Amino acid sequence: MASPDLDVRYVAKLARIALTDDEARTYGAQLADILGHVAALNELDTSDVAATAQVIESRNVEREDSPALCLTRSEALAGAPREQGGYFRVPRIIGES
Amino acid sequence: MADSLIEMTAAETARKVNARERSAREIALATFERVRRTDGEVGAFLTLTEDLALAHADRVDERIAAGESLPLAGVPLAVKDNMCLRGTQTTAGSKILLGWNAPYTATAVQRILDAGAIPIGKTNLDEFAMGSSCENSALGVTRNPYDAQRVPGGSSGGSAAAVASYESTIGLGSDTGGSIREPAAFCNIVGFKPTYGRVSRYGLIAFASSLDQIGPLTRSVEDAALAYDAIAGVDPMDATSVDVPHESTATSLRQDLKGLRVGIVKEYRAKSLGPAIDEVYAKAYADLETLGAEIVEIGLPTADYGIATYYLIAPAECSSNLARFDGVRYGLRVEGNDMAETYDRTRAAGFGPEVKRRILIGTHALSSGYYDAYYLKAQKARTKIAADFENAFGACDVIAAPAAASPAFRLGAKSDPYSMYLMDYYTIPVSLAGLPSISVPCGWARPDDGAEEMPLGLQLTAPLFGERLLLGAAHAYEIATKHAKKHAPRIGVRA
Repeated sequence: MASPDLDVRYVAKLARIALTDDEARTYGAQLADILGHVAALNELDTSDVAATAQVIESRNVEREDSPALCLTRSEALAGAPREQGGYFRVPRIIGES
Repeated sequence: MADSLIEMTAAETARKVNARERSAREIALATFERVRRTDGEVGAFLTLTEDLALAHADRVDERIAAGESLPLAGVPLAVKDNMCLRGTQTTAGSKILLGWNAPYTATAVQRILDAGAIPIGKTNLDEFAMGSSCENSALGVTRNPYDAQRVPGGSSGGSAAAVASYESTIGLGSDTGGSIREPAAFCNIVGFKPTYGRVSRYGLIAFASSLDQIGPLTRSVEDAALAYDAIAGVDPMDATSVDVPHESTATSLRQDLKGLRVGIVKEYRAKSLGPAIDEVYAKAYADLETLGAEIVEIGLPTADYGIATYYLIAPAECSSNLARFDGVRYGLRVEGNDMAETYDRTRAAGFGPEVKRRILIGTHALSSGYYDAYYLKAQKARTKIAADFENAFGACDVIAAPAAASPAFRLGAKSDPYSMYLMDYYTIPVSLAGLPSISVPCGWARPDDGAEEMPLGLQLTAPLFGERLLLGAAHAYEIATKHAKKHAPRIGVRA
């Protein structure tokens, strides 16, 4: 088990959540506490154990590759915070420099 | 008159509507009258769908008049607001989805509506189903119908409170680590989590995909069986729904427990929940024996690792699932100067504290250098927990345990996140193993603070796909003990 030390600012950057200084302090402390409790798993010997991602055996499910009903463009765009010309509108991605 | 209509069970309601003694429309109207009188105090609903309900009710009445018979004809239905219902606001209890209307209907919701249920509205929940009290909702407070100062339980607290206060007959909830069973226990009703994969998750806003399962909250086991029979079965829209033939559970309910071996967990027995609560569970196990069950002691040696395992796996999956809330295609957007800043600001403003906490834990557990130590370790622990249950089911048919670590606590009483996580000590191992499990009312005990007695739930758990056995046993216990019948919510009853 890794150290419960965690750089909350770095994790928040990976998770794409802006944190205030107060939040960084609070979550930093709470996460360290939770990871401290979670460290109890170290006591469990899992050296010869396979991982379980899901308890029910899963099989690949395929369907015929044929057109079927799906959301219309207007339905798909109905919840968009901003749209333009039938597309989702977002801030500029490619910089000028 | 109105009250007698809304106090009927789903089975009674469907029988009367099918026999045309009552119309679905009059039951819907009586239900909305009750909601108007009651929900100001209870706060179960986030959205009411009266026009839709009456349209559905009229359609049900037409189908009955044309000679059809529907298993849930005219039965009021409350839907947890993390399930899509086309054209209605679906928020998952979060500011990030406030105002978002679902463009399609979840399979489980569609199936129960097709069986004749009437959609009363969408109910409050812990944001994205993360919590054990309903206090993590960003959109309002739901109160326990037995004590307005206490939580209804979470995360399906709105659906539980709606059913307990007769604002609906069936509630649909979702259970990831106990979110159907724990609020059912707190609100003195029945909460049933089917085997993982038995009910389609299509249209359920995902929290932890390998654990999430939709199930019913009802005032009787028979109603839970009827609702489950309506929603169960493979769905081409959900590749994780299982293709195991569904057999009716409503027709396999039994009157006694003769020949049934009930396992009592020795590790749980060694842990006192306080003398008053211990006494209720001792009585419950004795009642099972009186009904003909053979009580056997079993061991779940890794159960103590359930919470630690869960609080790595569930956040890891949630950090991945909630990446879709980025302010581009739906929901809230807070503009930034570029895309990265838009994501950062949108998610900072849209998610509440518990959701942020879990996304951060999950992101950390999955990040480079930590994956093996946290996520993979937890997945291996999960294997051991599931194996424990498999071993236990060699010695017993059903496992009996408490549904929650205490009766309903006061609003605001658990400010430390980890103390809240401990509430789900008894339900989480079952969820990690994907097993079907039900909470049935089993008695009353005074909370630690000496306040009036609050209800407790008995959790019964069966092997994978053991729904018929489980609901049959729960029904026998329920009708013999009648704890569910002592149903008189203390709030939400003003004239």
